[in-house]
Formats: sequence, structure tokens, C-alpha cells
Amino acid sequence: MAENIQNDDTATVRPHSTVRSLLRLWPYARAVRGRLAVSVTAATLGMLSTLAVPVILGRIVDGPLAEHDLAALWPLVGLLLLVGLVEAGLFFTRRVVLARPLAGLETAMRGDLFAKLQRLPVSFHDRWGSGQLLSRATADMYTMRLFLAFPLVFLIVNSVMFLAGAVVMFSQDWRLALIALLPVVPLFVLTRRFEAGYSGSSRLAQDQNGDLATVVEESVLGIRILKAFGRHRSMAERFRAQSQELRRTELRKAHLLANLWAVIVGLPELALGGALAVGAYLVAHDELSAGTLVAFLSTALALRWPVESLGWLLAYANEAATATDRFFEVLDEPDTQDRGTATGGPVRRILPDQTAALGCVHRKAEEGVHAEHRRPTTTQRGACPGVAGPAGSAGQAPAAPDGIRFTGVRFRYPDAPEDSPDLLTDIDLHIRSGETMALVGATGSGKTTLTALLPRLYEATAGAITLDGRDIRDLPRERLRELVAVAFEEPTLFSATVRENVLMGAPGASAEQLRSALATAQAGFVDKLPEGADTEVGEQGLSLSGGQRQRLALARAVVGDPAFLVLDDPLSALDVHTEALVERALREVLGTTTALVVAHRPSTVLLADRVAVLADGRITAVGTHQELLRDCPHYRELMSGEAALVSEGSTAP
Amino acid sequence: MTTTAEPTKADPTGPAEPEEELPPPPADEEDIPVPPGAPRALLRSLLGPHRARIAVAMVVILVQQAALQSGPLLVAVAMDRAIPALREHDSGPLIAVVAAYLFCALLSPVLQWLFIKISARVNQDILLELRGRIFRHAQRLSLDFHERYTSGRIISRATSDIDALRELLSEGLQELLTVFLSVCYISVLLLVLDWRLGLVSLVSGVPLALIARSFRRRSRRVYRRSRTSAASLIVRFTETMNGIRPVQAFRREQANDAAFAVVNRQSATATADGLLEIARYVGLSRTTANLWVTGVVLFGSYLVVDDSLELGALTAFVLYLRRLYDPIDQLAMFLNSYQSAAAALEKIAGLLAHEPTVAEPAEPAALPEPAGTGREVSFEQTRFAYRTGKEVLPPFDLLIPAGQTVAVVGATGAGKSTVAKLLARFYDPTDGRIRLDGVDLRELATPELRRGVVMVTQESFLFSGTVAENIAIGRPGATREEVEQAARDIGAYEFIAALPDGFDTDVRKRGGRISAGQRQLVAFARALLADPAVLILDEATSSLDVPGEQAVQRAMRTVLAGRTAVIIAHRLSTVEIADRVLVMDQGRIVEDGSPQELIDGSGRFATLHRAWRDSLV
Repeated sequence: MAENIQNDDTATVRPHSTVRSLLRLWPYARAVRGRLAVSVTAATLGMLSTLAVPVILGRIVDGPLAEHDLAALWPLVGLLLLVGLVEAGLFFTRRVVLARPLAGLETAMRGDLFAKLQRLPVSFHDRWGSGQLLSRATADMYTMRLFLAFPLVFLIVNSVMFLAGAVVMFSQDWRLALIALLPVVPLFVLTRRFEAGYSGSSRLAQDQNGDLATVVEESVLGIRILKAFGRHRSMAERFRAQSQELRRTELRKAHLLANLWAVIVGLPELALGGALAVGAYLVAHDELSAGTLVAFLSTALALRWPVESLGWLLAYANEAATATDRFFEVLDEPDTQDRGTATGGPVRRILPDQTAALGCVHRKAEEGVHAEHRRPTTTQRGACPGVAGPAGSAGQAPAAPDGIRFTGVRFRYPDAPEDSPDLLTDIDLHIRSGETMALVGATGSGKTTLTALLPRLYEATAGAITLDGRDIRDLPRERLRELVAVAFEEPTLFSATVRENVLMGAPGASAEQLRSALATAQAGFVDKLPEGADTEVGEQGLSLSGGQRQRLALARAVVGDPAFLVLDDPLSALDVHTEALVERALREVLGTTTALVVAHRPSTVLLADRVAVLADGRITAVGTHQELLRDCPHYRELMSGEAALVSEGSTAP
Repeated sequence: MTTTAEPTKADPTGPAEPEEELPPPPADEEDIPVPPGAPRALLRSLLGPHRARIAVAMVVILVQQAALQSGPLLVAVAMDRAIPALREHDSGPLIAVVAAYLFCALLSPVLQWLFIKISARVNQDILLELRGRIFRHAQRLSLDFHERYTSGRIISRATSDIDALRELLSEGLQELLTVFLSVCYISVLLLVLDWRLGLVSLVSGVPLALIARSFRRRSRRVYRRSRTSAASLIVRFTETMNGIRPVQAFRREQANDAAFAVVNRQSATATADGLLEIARYVGLSRTTANLWVTGVVLFGSYLVVDDSLELGALTAFVLYLRRLYDPIDQLAMFLNSYQSAAAALEKIAGLLAHEPTVAEPAEPAALPEPAGTGREVSFEQTRFAYRTGKEVLPPFDLLIPAGQTVAVVGATGAGKSTVAKLLARFYDPTDGRIRLDGVDLRELATPELRRGVVMVTQESFLFSGTVAENIAIGRPGATREEVEQAARDIGAYEFIAALPDGFDTDVRKRGGRISAGQRQLVAFARALLADPAVLILDEATSSLDVPGEQAVQRAMRTVLAGRTAVIIAHRLSTVEIADRVLVMDQGRIVEDGSPQELIDGSGRFATLHRAWRDSLV
């Protein structure tokens, strides 16, 4: 299996400087900047009060104790207590002020990531391993929050401490200070180099973590296949190989960090040894007082922690920076632009339609009831005025509604190799208003892709698709998807009640409409579920059978009488008996809408008024089932398979 | 024909209203009980193999701390001895002290380096092991578990819970070690400096321990909440991303944003509550520590005034006492990652302690040598009911002789799939048994079982990787020729060869999109490659078009020779290649005979078959 699902985009990403990456967090950090400032101040003051304690102790020793003056002792002890309490208070404050805001910041970032991902085109999701997205929403988010909570604060505080210490040291003795601070230059160079190496490894580890998540996810989603073939061992092998890669990267990170840390701990100590030697020499030659040397060395030792901590603070900063890069990789993905929303005009033009469509729903509902009494036949369907309403009453299209029209539509997947031909080369197809068109074609001819263009799950590469004369790119996506309802080939239910799952198609639909949609889809089993339509299904609820899921997905598509309906092989998982019942009910629904139905079998085709044959990326024939059986050999083959059956099939009633 | 089931005479009114099969209820988060002591035992088993390396790491850090702490001591020696000696023009002591200082300055980083290297190796090995264990265990768990336990929760066990542990291992343990060492060093020093003050100081350990305990107790709940909310975040997230097409087509974005915001907020609240607990802990312990310092200073001062303590000793004592409390912050960080990891470990231990209901045999039996004619399958008083007690299949007997192709038909929910799943040992029967060439399925080890029985489901999931790799799941060692031959046999070769990179096309990348029908062909090729003695096809042709299905049918005639096959199909076209047809209704086999016998009869199958013929062109 794939050694690395990491996609091309992440692999070729340009390395950013750590600081530049982290600065991108500012829009989010802005909201907590006040709190961050308070936290940094509290931390700095806390450090200062920590430093103040020895001073007070010195006073106590030099003053009251040296003079055995217990009366003078009390104020100083009181001061010590006060500083101690203030210190504790500051430590508390440093953490408390950031707790909720930072959790909120993490939430905001994750919410934005989730919202963005939901709105990115399907082609984006095709390219990205789901684990990569998941790790961005969990582990990376945590890394960034942690960085803001701790390393960032201490990078600031420790730098201040270091600068202050350096000033003090220079004021004590500039020669010793120079010696002690000599390592700053090589340390600076080394940390720069470390950063370059560590960023790469940290990024790699994060990507590998995402790949691992993908393997875990696939192994769970594909568990039936793995069980059926007893292949859990080989999957585990693959998982093991990937986690070993991650282990190698983590060890590489540890190696880099160990090197840095050794230098960061070692160099200043060596310099201090030098300062000690020189200082002792100077003292011995009376060029320096012993007290100054002690004070100098104490200051230098006090600076140990700020310098040493640099090692892991930098490591954290690097990891946060690469996590930020990963986060913004998703947020920077361009949205597909709505022409409709970009310019004001078309949006306004939609508004009257919306009310018209609402009116249409009522009318269609009545018609649906009415339809119970008549035998829906093909001839009647052609005359059905079902969707004649919307555009006409909107007053902007004087002619009769046009239905669905594909004009010169080409499509290739955005990531398809350069030299491959387009999947759809030139689609011209007109589905008249109120008509049901079946789409037939060999496996892999692009039928599903063609249907995905209609709700703009994919964008046509060229050409235009119009709904009642309006280019779908001029419609806001939200509106477009309200008009076009889809039943997918693979019926996905979400963790929600049956009711919620079905009403997704039409949030405002009534209980009556829900009932009629369930009835159309022959989903009578819903009543037998423990809590009827309020039973939780999907991942976190009851796991229904494929046929049951398919019927709910069908109900979802037909609920609320959509103006345009796309059904992708909607009956594949049903048994013959149920299929016949669904077909009978579906005919009524199809009589009131303009529909495109992907069909693999004659029984599904018979739902349609006309049939379009898709082959070699274009529509090669359009006609009724009988016409095509007579005139189109490819169609005959698709419908009846072997040539031997053709004659028999074509004479069938 | 071997007919052991009592065929009921057909209902003349045609098939009854199907009684739909209802799935078992889903699991709650708490459905997996954590056996007491399991997390601890898990931790022990993880750390155990690394005892030696952990010990070395501890020694290294011990010496390193000694080298690091000797700095101030050497400075004192320099001041007291070396400088006076230098004034006497004796540079020996100074050279010695500086040399010692430089030695420590070199030793400490080297040891630090070594410690990081050793502990990183230990940590990564533990994580590798634990990741592997979770993964293997999740794979081992039975299908009924997976059907109840949300996939997102398993994912969160193997991702975010592992992250929590990684946090503890990568920083927590080092922190704990240094905290422990510095506390030990300083406690000894304090006692040596002055035992009375030392004792008073060490008593502060009692309130500090109480505070730590209260923190642990309070935060345990918070962190459990945090793990649970992290899992529900992941569940929501994966569900949305896996269903992105319907999400967008049905304009679920805003509703999902709102639903995600709920779990996101829960997670934020839990996170913040955890951070607040730490803040509270740090504040309280710092206050306690500083109160103690003040008290000790006061007590010491009286001792000094009473002349029972040297002034210098008190100074040294108080300075060291402050350092005794320095690690409080580090300890807080440790406790934080510890609590978080403990909650994660608890969840992981719960998952690992869950035993698969379909268990591997303790003493696997072997199947007799294959005769090349498939294997005989016998259901003996087999009965199946859900855990809830609802009976799906009443007890039945069924003998399928080796080499026979049996088609099972019936309405949705008639129990066809359950029969298939029992034969594939996705489930074990509630009562009775299923034998393969006389051997109970439960006595077969997985590799042996899967050489014998393989099932192709209607599910057409593809794993990321190339098409060839997806087919090779059937037999991992297969050569490219064998993979291609399997594809050719089932009529999948042409479309695969036409993909951008042919068999090497990555199914997730570069235009390698594969339609549902094509996926089913890949699944077939996979099954052919596995070359099992018994092949079960559960609705495996539902998404194929007519030519595709016919190609499969044609292929089946040759492929099924020398195999036993059970074919479940809604479409009766499949029946034409069957030797025998079983009609099921409400869990019972109601008709059993050769296709022709049944078609010519007046039973349900005859009715069904007529309906099906009518539905054709």
C-alpha cells in the first residue's frame, strides 16, 4: 500500500522562517493580546520577586541578625512574606489569565479550519488524506495553543531576563562580561542552523502523524474487507512500517535537540569557567574586589536557566511554526469563486425566484396528492406544468422554463495528468422542464462525474450548465444546491436522527412531507425502529443495511419536492420487490420535477421519459428507451449485455 | 440436491411484506468498561522491557545534575582557597578549580546529550509498541464491535490519546526525574546543614502533597472529560470529511458548523478547566512554600539569636530552601501531562481489554488437504440472535457439498446477509455450529480460515495506494502477473489499464477516481487472487451495469469451478450460474432446489423470477 499519503502540495511547500510562520497566528492571537500582555507582565514580575527574595534575606542577615535585633526582624520578615505571597499570586495570574482565552483561541482556529474544509471543493478532499486533515484539527492545534501558553511567554520573559542580566554584568565588570557573553555569537549561529534542520524534521513528523491517522482511519473504515480476507496482519505491518518512519523522524528530532541542548548548556559553562579563572586572577592582583566577583558569578549563574531554556523553547517555537504552516496551507486554499456572489446583480435576480420556488412547492405538493388519483404515464408527464412556475412567475424569462441544459461542457479532474484526455469532452444535453432523463453509459464513462457538475461539487472545465436558463455559476452555491437535490450512489447517513437525515434536503419541510418522502422511498422500516423517525442512525447510531441507507438517501433527495433532482443509480441495493415498489412511488415524484437519473438497468431506465447515452466523454444518443434499443447498438449492449440477448430484448414489451 | 431445511410451500399471494432486519443498538462511550488496574498494568507492560535503559538514563541524569550543581561549590572553593593561594603566587589551586569547573562544564552537556538520546529512544519505542497494540487490537476486534463503536473513537484512541501519552513521555518523565533528584539533593543538604530546620522544612512536604493530591483528584474528572470531548470532536470531524459530497450537496455546512461548535466548545471548556486547575495548584503550592520559607527564616532567626545556629549556616540554608521549592512549576507541568496521559491510558486500556467476541482458537485445528473441488460447508442447528436477544436466524441445518454454487435470494432483511456473515465468521452463531470440511470454524486460525473462506461484500472501499496494491490485499505475496491475471479474469483489466498510471494508479491521486462499479470489479479481482476454497459474494454486483455483470457472470462460470460458492443477490441474473437456489424469508429457508425446479414450480421464487424477467428489457 502507499508508503506515504502525504500529498504533493505539502511536500513542495516552501520553508518559511519560523518567525514569519508564527506571525501568521497574529489575527487569532490579537483577540488575546491583552491577556498575553498581562501574562508576560505577571511572569516578568514573578521572576523579579523571585530575585528579590535573596536580597531581602541578605538584609535580614546583615541587619537584625548580625545585630541580634529581633524588633527590626519583624518588618523584614513581613516583607519576605509579602513578596512570597505576591510571587505566588503572580504565578497564579500568569496561568489564570490565559486559560480560557487560549482554549477559546484553539476553538476559534479549529472552528475556522472545519468551516473552511467543509466549503472547499470536493476535488480538494479527493487529494488530501483524511488523516492529514484530522491531525491538523487536533495535534497541530494543540501545539499552537501550547506555544502561546508557555514558550511564547517565556521566550519574552527570558529574553528580558537575559538582557537585564547582561546589563548588570557589564556594570559589574566589562572584561568578565565580555568573556561570559562570548558564546552568544556561536549560539546565535548554531540556533539558526538548528532551526533549519529541526523545522524540516518537525514538519515531517507532523505529516507522518497525519499519514498514520489516515492508515488508522482506513483500517477502521475498511474493516470488513480486511476481515473478509484475514488481512489485518498485513495492514498492521503497513501501520508498523509507517510508525517506524515516524519513530525515526522523532529520533532525528531528539538527536538535533540533544545536540543543540548540549551546546546551549556547555558553551556558557565553558565561558563561565574562563570568567572564573580571569576573575580570580584579577582579584589576586587586586584589580577586582572579591565581592564584585562573587556578585558577578551569582548573576551569571542566575542567567543559566534563561539561556538553557532556550533549547526547548526554540524546539516548541519550531513545532508551532510548522503546525501553523500546516494550518494555513488549508486556510490559504482558494475558494472557488461564485460569480453570483462576486457581483451584486445575479444575487438580486435570484430573490424573486426564491419566493416563486416557495410558491411552487405548495403547488407541487397539491399536485402530488392529485397524482395519487391518476396513473402517471409518460405522455402525461411531458405535459406536466410542474416546474413551469418558477421562472415564469419570476418574470425574467418570458419563454417556458428551459429545464437543465449542458452546453459544450468539458471536464477533467484538476489533478489529472497533463497528457490524459478530458473525462468529459463535449457534453451537449437538454433536459426539458418536467422531464426525466436517464443517463446511461458504460462503467467508468463519467456518469457520476457528470451528475456532480450540476450541484457544482466539481466545476466544469469549460462550457456552461443552465437551469431554466440561468447559468449555475451565476447562482449562489447555497441557492443552487437548494434547487438541485441529489441521491448519491453511496448513501451516506450522518450521526443524527432519521428525521434530521431526511430533512437535510429541505429543512423547512413539514411532517407530512417527511412522511410522504419516506413512503416514496418505501422506508416503512423507519416506523419499526426503536424511536421511529427520531432514532439516531449513522456512525454514532444504528448501523442500517445498505438497502435501508439507500432508501433514506432517496427520501432525502425527494423530500420537499426539489425543482431539479439528480439520482445516481438510486435503486442498486434494493431487492427486486422493493425496487418495484420504489419505482412505482418514484414515478409520481418524477412527474413533478426535472430529473437526471443515472441508470444501470432497464428497470431504472423505465422511470425516464428519454435516455441519454454517454460514451467517450460525449452524449452520443438521446431518445426514448424503445428508440435507442432500435437505433443504438451501444445502448442495446448496455441494457441487455450479450449480443445473443439483443434481439430478444428489443422485442420485449 | 441436499435439502435439510424444510421447504415451506409457497405462499400463493406472492412475497409477504418484508419484515426488515433491524440492527443492534449502538454502544455508548461508557459501553467499554475499564477493568480496575488495567491502565496501571498496561503502563507496567509498556515500561517493563525498557527497565535497563530507564535505569541508565536515571544514572546519567543523576551524574549530570551533580556536575551541574557543583558549579556554585567550585566558585566557593575558588573564593576561599584559590584566590588567597594566588596572592601567595601559588596558581596551582586556581588551575585545579578552573580545570574542575571546565570538566563539569564539558561533562554536563555530554551527559545531557546522552540522556536525551536514551530517553527519546525509550519513549519512541514505547509509543511504537502502544500504537501497534492499539492498531492490532482494533483489527482483531470483531465486526459486531466495529458496528457499534464509532470509527472516530478508535481513531481518537490511536491519535489524540497517543499524543497525550507522547507529551508525558517526552517531557514529563524528564521533569519528574529532575524534580525528584533536586528534591533529594536539597533535602539531604538541608538536613546536613541543620537538622532542626531541615526537619521543619521537610514537614512542608505534607501540605504540598495534600495539595497535589487534591489537584489530581479534581483534575482527573476534567481530563476524562477532555479525552471524551476530544473523541467526539474527532468523530464529528471524520464523519463530516468522509461525507463531504452530501454535506455540500445538502448545504449542511452551517448546521455542521453549529454542531461542531458544540463539541468544540465542550473541548475548550474541558481544556480551560484543566488549565485553571493547574493555575490553582501552582498558586496554592507556591503560597504554601513561601509561607514555609518565611516561617523557617523566623525560626532560624530565633535560633541564631539564641546562638544555637551560625549566621552563615542560616543564609545557606534559606537559599537552598528556596531551591527546594523551585521545581513546583515543573511538577505542575508533570502532573498536567500525567493526568492527561492517565485519562488517555485509561481509554486505551479499556479498548485493549475488550476481548473480541469472535476469538482466535486457543488450539487451532487444521483443515484437511484441499482436494481442489472446494470444501463442504455444513450449518448444524445454527441459530443467531443479537445481544439484545432478538432472533435473526432460528436454528437451521444446511449442507452445501464441496464445489456447489448456491444462490441465496429473498427480500431485504430475510437473513441472507447474516448467513453469509456467519459462514465468513464475521459473527459466531449463538447456538449450533458451522463446519468447513468437518472442522468447526471456531477452531480455525485466521490465516487458515481465510485460505478457506473469503467474502466479497457490496461495500467497495478502496485503501489508499495503487490499484495493484488494492487487488493484492487478496494475496499479499502475489506477483504483478497474478494481479493482472485476476483483473483480466473478471473483466477489470481494460479499465485499469486505461487509468493514468495503469495498475500503478494511486486511487486517491492524480485523476485515479474509480467509480462504484469499478470498485466492485476490483473487489472481485481481489477475491479471485485470494483463491479461496469457499467464496461468498454478498451483493457483490449491485453497482455493475448489465455488461459488467454479465462479464462477471461469464467469468464466474470458470472461476467457480472447483470452489464452493454462496452468492447472495437481489438480482436473479446471478441465479443462472447457480447449481442450487435457497429462498429465505424471515430467517428461514423456505425454498430449496435447482433453479429450473424452482422456476418451474409455483413458489416465491417462480414469482420473483417472473417479476425479474419482466424488469429486463
